[in-house]
Amino acid sequence: MKARVTFKGGIHPPENKGLCGELSIKDFPPPETAVLPLQQSLGSASEPVVKKGDKVKKGTLIARSKGYISSNLHSSVSGEVIDIRKSPHPLLGEANAIIIKSDNRDEPERDYSAEEASADSLSSGEILELIQNAGIVGLGGATFPAHVKLNPPADKPIKTFIINGAECEPYLTSDHSLMLECADRILKGAALIKKMLKAEKCLIAIEENKKDAIALFRQKIIQLKNAEGLQVFPLKVKYPQGAEKQLIYTLTGKEVPSGGLPMDVSVLVHNIGTVFAVYEAVFLRKPLFERIVTVSGKGIKNPANWRVRIGTTFKMLVNHSGLADKKIKKLIMGGPMMGLAQYTDEVPVVKATSGILVLTSDEAADFEHLACIRCGKCVSVCPMGLMPAEISKMVEKGRIDTAKSIGLMDCMECGSCNYICPSGTNLLQYIKLGKYEYLRSKNVKR
Amino acid sequence: MLKDKHLTVTVSPHIKTSLTTERMMWIVSAALIPAAGAGIYFFGPHAALVIAVCVGASIITELFCAVLMKKPATIKDGSAFLTGLLLALCLPPEFPLWMCALGSFFSIAVSKFAFGGLGHNIFNPALAGRAFLMGAFAKEMTTWKTLQDFPDGITAATPLNLLKEQGYDSLMKVFDSHSHLFKELFIGRVGGSIGETSAALLIIGGLILIFARVTTWHIPVSYILTVIIVSYFTGGLFDIPFHLFTGGLMLGAFFMATDPVTSPITPKGQIIFGIGCGLFTMLIRIRGGYPEGVCYAILLMNSVTPLIERFSKTRIFGVKR
Repeated sequence: MKARVTFKGGIHPPENKGLCGELSIKDFPPPETAVLPLQQSLGSASEPVVKKGDKVKKGTLIARSKGYISSNLHSSVSGEVIDIRKSPHPLLGEANAIIIKSDNRDEPERDYSAEEASADSLSSGEILELIQNAGIVGLGGATFPAHVKLNPPADKPIKTFIINGAECEPYLTSDHSLMLECADRILKGAALIKKMLKAEKCLIAIEENKKDAIALFRQKIIQLKNAEGLQVFPLKVKYPQGAEKQLIYTLTGKEVPSGGLPMDVSVLVHNIGTVFAVYEAVFLRKPLFERIVTVSGKGIKNPANWRVRIGTTFKMLVNHSGLADKKIKKLIMGGPMMGLAQYTDEVPVVKATSGILVLTSDEAADFEHLACIRCGKCVSVCPMGLMPAEISKMVEKGRIDTAKSIGLMDCMECGSCNYICPSGTNLLQYIKLGKYEYLRSKNVKR
Repeated sequence: MLKDKHLTVTVSPHIKTSLTTERMMWIVSAALIPAAGAGIYFFGPHAALVIAVCVGASIITELFCAVLMKKPATIKDGSAFLTGLLLALCLPPEFPLWMCALGSFFSIAVSKFAFGGLGHNIFNPALAGRAFLMGAFAKEMTTWKTLQDFPDGITAATPLNLLKEQGYDSLMKVFDSHSHLFKELFIGRVGGSIGETSAALLIIGGLILIFARVTTWHIPVSYILTVIIVSYFTGGLFDIPFHLFTGGLMLGAFFMATDPVTSPITPKGQIIFGIGCGLFTMLIRIRGGYPEGVCYAILLMNSVTPLIERFSKTRIFGVKR
């Protein structure tokens, strides 16, 4: 099956995925000191259950979820808790973190290599509990706690479970390498989730620039005994093909209503990395304390995909990979389209870190702000069917309500408009500001 | 060590397209070079002078206005160059040079800067300049250098002039046959403004714009299709190629109506805009007092662009109509 359908709009930025060369995952050595921020997911920060001086092992629970939307946190090294203090955070600037000094023994809480035979006979409730205990959050970047997402209300049955392997952000290849290396385990996780959700179909969506992964998954599915409803779906290469609503539209033809959730159209989407983490949590009883991170960009001498412990600082990864002898401009967590520019390399890898990019001044754009010439390119690329130039102008003039009425809150911040804008206007900056202002004014009114 | 580097922190995205406004303007200018070259080739060196004066005067006016309004001078973005070039291409080949300069001044100072500069003007500056010159110097604006031998009594005329004033028969007298007329129109060996006579070269230029993604097909296609349909129903098959290749239609459809600043930003709006341009062009050509209607049709549609935008909003994903 060729990818035929796609969503409206989108862009084709240079992929730069080849920088990482051969796609293999290398193990990054455990850090001497792990910095584990309490805020690892959307919602509330977790609450520490250890104190200064406590000895912990790899996989020991160190902070418990607090509230409905929150997640557990586990130590990524074995050693001693030396402090709980404010530390740099890649998303929040600064936040409380548990600092653990490694004893270099890397002693695990339990053996994480042997598969539990009982996994297949677990009930949905037991599976959800294992996922919650393991502290799994959406690893695509949104970091929504997985156990909440996987437990939709009874009146919203899930018919289609979609595994997002689009990885449409340029540079990033962490999902791709994971798919190539752990296809069997991902499929086990997929089958488990599909069964748990009682979904009719499970679609594995992969962009066509990852032909090897598509072929591999197809072959594996054929070999599977119980592969009913399991299907690989090749996607057109286009940014943002991996955006949840656009992905659902491409695969099912359904539009998630404005302000709604995928479950409103009986769909649930999880990133490939999350599905793998679910496998590990259920079959290996392994909590989420490491993830695959692409370290790339033309500012990096040896780009690669690493299996990295949460809490490893960007500095360690960047220094280990070597800085290229070029003019460095930006350090980014995530991809170049939606990633966050960092002010320091002291920030740690968190569960949301899919990539670390060091961009040179040739790669990272200088935005020269010329007047909007109303060319309409932002309108034609907007995957949400918005008029970004108009929204941004309204926000600029302080007319937040007007901006809201023309779709301000529908924007998913993919940045396509900003990328394509020939005038280099800061469309997304104004839109983000507008959303912030709107939410603030709504809270004040309450 | 990254610590020693100066890290830039901005909102995402961190990459952007290489197709900047500046590059777009220069691509449009480059796409006009064949048509401008044909104008100089057919009409002689004075045409080159007209182009040079218009471009020069536009750039000087832009500099002058920028200084006066304390805005950064934006010569580099190529918009003044393009306005000057477009204005020159819709002027008669023998147009007095001081009038060229005055027209350029009007284009830049009045129709662009008085409205706030690049991106804020309501009317296409080049067309506004032409309309101004038409009002101020009607005689000079309709004095054509022609390339055909005309029957007694007609000193000079464009094919559209001839059709309007003398009728169909005298047009045929000059060009002998339909096929000869269409061939001359297509190549551009007819009387007219400097840059609008060669339909072939303008179409090539227009296709360059579309393939370089400087503009989209919406306006040119809807504009031209409307002209085809109206000319078929008002005249017949013969009228289609005549109306397509004569006058300023190709220049207007590919280079003037597509001016992003003065046309709607939504694809649907652009189609409505193109249809409007086509209807008004044909209305003026067939019923109006002027032989040619492209300039006024586009200016008229420029003025209703905000209105079109109000009724051609895009549909937001996940929102039912």
